[in-house]
Amino acid sequence: MRENVVIRTVSRLAVPFIQVFALYVIVHGALGAGGGFQGGVVFASSFILMIVAFGLNSVRKRLSNKWIVVYSVLGITIYAGIGLLCLFMGGNYLEYGVIEAILGIPHLHGYLLDAVEIGIGITVMAVMTSILCDMADKGGESS
Amino acid sequence: MKVKALLAVLFIGIILFWTVEDMPAFGDPEAPATQYLGILYIESALPDIGIENIVTAILASYRGFDTLGEVVVIFTAGISVTLLLRRGGRL
Repeated sequence: MRENVVIRTVSRLAVPFIQVFALYVIVHGALGAGGGFQGGVVFASSFILMIVAFGLNSVRKRLSNKWIVVYSVLGITIYAGIGLLCLFMGGNYLEYGVIEAILGIPHLHGYLLDAVEIGIGITVMAVMTSILCDMADKGGESS
Repeated sequence: MKVKALLAVLFIGIILFWTVEDMPAFGDPEAPATQYLGILYIESALPDIGIENIVTAILASYRGFDTLGEVVVIFTAGISVTLLLRRGGRL
């Protein structure tokens, strides 16, 4: 890729702010506008900006193919694991109120929703990055 | 054949426009769609769940299983693209 100092500098400045904003959107889902899907997409957009500015290999160094698959499975595992936890606590699948009633911690229902949103965000981030990495890969350019 | 198709389209279109009159106005509080379940959610989301955002409460708690299915759909799409496009090497 052709060297372009402006694009690289602006991207290097913008990527951390985009990622912090994505985390804010994910965690803010219980209080206002936001949620796992939107925050995951915003987080993935920071990786897409890195692919556009620095090339595919620099992203692959930070987030390899193996870890992308691990993250996308991890998010679903968090979500389904919380559902199974409710099942083991004696309620229905994904009935968060049971855990709050048994453990007696106030607002635990909302915290479980936050954990679920984080799981959704991890999966969406990994899947979006994975799709763009696979489409940008010219085949055999990187493992 | 074209005349028959035109007649069928006109017939269905006239019926549709005829029934549009009976639909409730946009944002009508007396409409059946806003009468029962929406009021129930607005009243019981905060005491049930304890978070302020009703949309998130419905999405992740009342309709939690549906959202799990949506996440699985996204995951399946990503795995499909990976299996189709990624050549050589392992997952």
